[in-house]
Amino acid sequence: MILTAVLVLGIIGAIFAIVLYFVAQKFKVVEDPLIDEIAEVLPGANCGGCGKAGCRAMAEAFVKQGNMDGLKCPAGGESVAQKVAALLGCTPEVSEPQVAVVRCNGSCANATAKNKYDGLHDCAFANSVYAGESGCVFGCLGLGNCANACQFGALSIDTETGLPKVDEEKCTACGACVKACPRGIIELRNKGLKNRRVYVACRNKEKGAAARKSCTAACIGCGKCEKTCPFGAIKVENNLAYIDYTLCKMCRKCVAECPTGAIHAVNFPPLPPKKDVAAAPAPAAAAPATPAQQNA
Amino acid sequence: MNLLNISGSPHVHSDESTKKIMWRVNLALVPMLLCGIAYFGLNALLISLVSVVCCCLFQWLIEKFILKVPSTVCDGSAVVTGLLLAFNVPATAEMIWLVAIGALVAIGVGKMTFGGLGKNPFNPALVGRVFMLISFPVQMTTWPTVGKWFPMSLDTTTGATPLGIIKEGLTHDGATVQSVIEANNLPSLTEILLGHMGGSLGEVSAIAILIGAVYLLCRKVITWHIPVAFIGTAFVFSGILWLCNPGQYIDPVTTILTGGIMLGACFMATDMVTSPMSKVGQLIFGFGCGLLTIIIRNWGAYPEGVSFAILLMNSVTPLINRWCTPKRFAK
Amino acid sequence: MKTFKMGGVHPEENKISTNAVIEQMPLPTQVAILMNQHLGAPATPIVAKGDKVKVGQLIAEAQAFMCANIHSSVSGTVNKIDVCKDMTGLPKTAIYIDVEGDEWLESIDRTPDVKRECNLEPKEIVAKLKEMGIVGLGGATFPAHIKYSIPEGKKAEYLIINAAECEPYLTSDHRVMIEHAEEVCVGVSILRKALGVPNAYIGIESNKPEPIRVMTEMARQFEGIIVEPLKVKYPQGAEKQLINAITGRKVPSGKLPIDVGCVVSNVGTSFAVYEAVQKNKPLIENILTVTGKKLPSQHNYQVRIGITYNDIIKQAIGELPATTGKVISGGTMMGKAVSNLSAPTTKGAASVLVMDEAEARRAPETNCIRCGKCANACPMGLEPYLFSALVKNNRVEEAQAHNILDCIECGCCFFSCPANKPLTDEIRLGKFKVRAMMAAKK
Repeated sequence: MILTAVLVLGIIGAIFAIVLYFVAQKFKVVEDPLIDEIAEVLPGANCGGCGKAGCRAMAEAFVKQGNMDGLKCPAGGESVAQKVAALLGCTPEVSEPQVAVVRCNGSCANATAKNKYDGLHDCAFANSVYAGESGCVFGCLGLGNCANACQFGALSIDTETGLPKVDEEKCTACGACVKACPRGIIELRNKGLKNRRVYVACRNKEKGAAARKSCTAACIGCGKCEKTCPFGAIKVENNLAYIDYTLCKMCRKCVAECPTGAIHAVNFPPLPPKKDVAAAPAPAAAAPATPAQQNA
Repeated sequence: MNLLNISGSPHVHSDESTKKIMWRVNLALVPMLLCGIAYFGLNALLISLVSVVCCCLFQWLIEKFILKVPSTVCDGSAVVTGLLLAFNVPATAEMIWLVAIGALVAIGVGKMTFGGLGKNPFNPALVGRVFMLISFPVQMTTWPTVGKWFPMSLDTTTGATPLGIIKEGLTHDGATVQSVIEANNLPSLTEILLGHMGGSLGEVSAIAILIGAVYLLCRKVITWHIPVAFIGTAFVFSGILWLCNPGQYIDPVTTILTGGIMLGACFMATDMVTSPMSKVGQLIFGFGCGLLTIIIRNWGAYPEGVSFAILLMNSVTPLINRWCTPKRFAK
Repeated sequence: MKTFKMGGVHPEENKISTNAVIEQMPLPTQVAILMNQHLGAPATPIVAKGDKVKVGQLIAEAQAFMCANIHSSVSGTVNKIDVCKDMTGLPKTAIYIDVEGDEWLESIDRTPDVKRECNLEPKEIVAKLKEMGIVGLGGATFPAHIKYSIPEGKKAEYLIINAAECEPYLTSDHRVMIEHAEEVCVGVSILRKALGVPNAYIGIESNKPEPIRVMTEMARQFEGIIVEPLKVKYPQGAEKQLINAITGRKVPSGKLPIDVGCVVSNVGTSFAVYEAVQKNKPLIENILTVTGKKLPSQHNYQVRIGITYNDIIKQAIGELPATTGKVISGGTMMGKAVSNLSAPTTKGAASVLVMDEAEARRAPETNCIRCGKCANACPMGLEPYLFSALVKNNRVEEAQAHNILDCIECGCCFFSCPANKPLTDEIRLGKFKVRAMMAAKK
């Protein structure tokens, strides 16, 4: 009895094995094993930062092209580029590591709420309905499309400020958040030496008074930073300053000069306490100097 | 002044809510509960109580400790599941604790594993019921016989349901439906209508079920499509069989009034979550339920097939939804 | 009684301002006239800072095809041409005019007499509509001269006047029909002449017995005007639904009413047409309802365009009640929430609707229970629940395949959803995504 059962099952198993073997042989897809190897070293998050459908599609593109020209895995960065280059046998393109930077400082404290949003929890939708809780048309809406787009958990909405916070360790500069933000607030900037960066945390292109009306930390386009910068890295256009990170030497002169504190310097040691820069009274003193907008 | 609210249009809502719908269903189930208590006494009350409390408790525990989401027990859906589960078991003393296991399966497996209310593909109460039917076949098919009103004793005499007796009787050589009915002194049509017969706790009285169903129809919680298609199909199909061979098949009126067809058609098949959304889809769904029920009853192993029929149709609901899309404007 | 066939809901009507006679809103000290207050491209300012303007004077010209002329609603001096935030807080260009007196252009006939005869040719009527900057006042602010220039090869058979006013709260059309029945009928006759159609149908919902009576009586004195009472059902006033209700025809997906031989105009528009053609008065005023359950008084006002919401509120009720939760321009179903009360009103503004905090707040969203109420309520036969899931998962192409672009955003789906899902919002987001995808493909 037992013997019969074992035999029957054994024979069935054997027949299936043979059939499967031949089918597998017949329908075998010949694929370059290199694709698997490269897919292995890629991050595997399928973030789409490279512009391909996913990591495996990127690996196929690498193998098809045979070199790395024009193909870059922004999430993987330098180390992955080197590994892929080793597998492909070419030299990797050298590029500065980058990181996502949030160019808005319209926190709950700086940009007080004038409205209360009660609709669909989606930035792109809210953007179509109104200007924003503070009234700033350029500022962060705080509904977290960027955080949802991030595959690496590097972005989160800070409950205190209502703004997205970038975890520099986790950020791979894949650019998904840049695409997700309907207001173009997030920018990829060079990580900088020792992770130090100086940037304008504002996108407001309104005239000074209008900008200040919605947010106390807005760039008012006064141009002081532009004049102060010894390297010509700052341009003020449409009432908004922008620091070119390729030119910035991180002297931080502009930071002290900015009347609203719109220019941020991150990961720097505190400035030596020389003169009293007076961060707090500065905006009040500077306010009358801005071009008066009698827009009531 | 307050900050002005901002949202997209529309700015008003109909005031309809899931909570209201669920509590209306609960209200509609009350006549059946009362009937059950009238026929089966304390047992029925205790089973219903244990079932409802267990369903709510399990849902609360799972939401609090496993899913870690805010509790939704207040929306009343667990109470609906609890009541329907209780209505689908025989009102015997053993069921008082067995139903707790059913409640765990209904809520734990049937509902919360899929993500809670609205995401379950199968009617949770039926999942619990079928689990119990397969796990405890003896207890689940031992029905208390109906005697006096409001029996207070926990011990009851037991027997089979009319359908079970007929199914069993027909296996003997030369037996016909009529001979079985006469030999076993089965209930008359009036008794069946009132529910004075063996059966599950809530399914016995067709009148109580109809009262609840009419209430739900009036409050627009359910539409007529599924119950009518379900009962109509069962009636017509069993009628055809009966006309072909009255000796082998039960007459259509008895068919739809016995077993769980009425309860199933009005309260279980109409569950919004697991039934199709479009009217045409609902008709197809009801038709399938009716057909499968009669097939299972006459040619299956069980004398009763409503639970299986509804669960089977639940599984094709997504397909029906895909086929029966609403008619587009100007198409 | 006629109505449209598919879907629809019946929200609480709340027409609490029906008995408020139309009042003239006093002039403010300054107006800001936005350059895009119509569908299409903004108009181009033709005045400069310091210029003196009169009431009715052309101050901005339509240069693009889809555009409308804009006239000064007050007399005074142009203060500046600058950025002005509209009611949603978005910056637009506006002409600010300081009000000095109330001096009208001589060409405008300001006498109260009703002038019935119109001897203009259809082409001349359309030119007049263009000159006077007439736009549709039913909500979309579609430039009227484009609507009434019937494209080559198409023929209008029906003129339908939308007086359904199916939106809750709004009563401006109701008042216009009672107080200006004759003018409205003359306006309708002019539009009928412009199109060359035999009959014009005025669709009025049956919850307005007084306007139906007044209009029916007045229409007897005019040739080819038929008043059609309609069963109360929202969105009766939506173009495709109204055509379906009155003619039984259905405008196919992606087509215009003229493709089924229909032209639809609002009753307010026909009043504006009367004033433009017979009285030479450009579109510088509109009639809006100031209403809300918690307001001390209800009003219907004739206001000059460019006056701010704050000015209107101040004039009508002093200040907003402390419990105000939302201010809406338009009705509760399709109106826009106002976030910036210092914004000026535009040609299309229909109301200042003040909602209480408790009334305005949306209940929290719960799981979809697949009840199908949204699909049953949809007047376009779409599946809102499906769009909700597709949009959330970014399955944009499938959403397009399920005709998401046919959605008229009437809000019936959200209104009827027991789970309080913001379905209409999600569908709108889906439409953005579909359009973005289509633009990217081009």
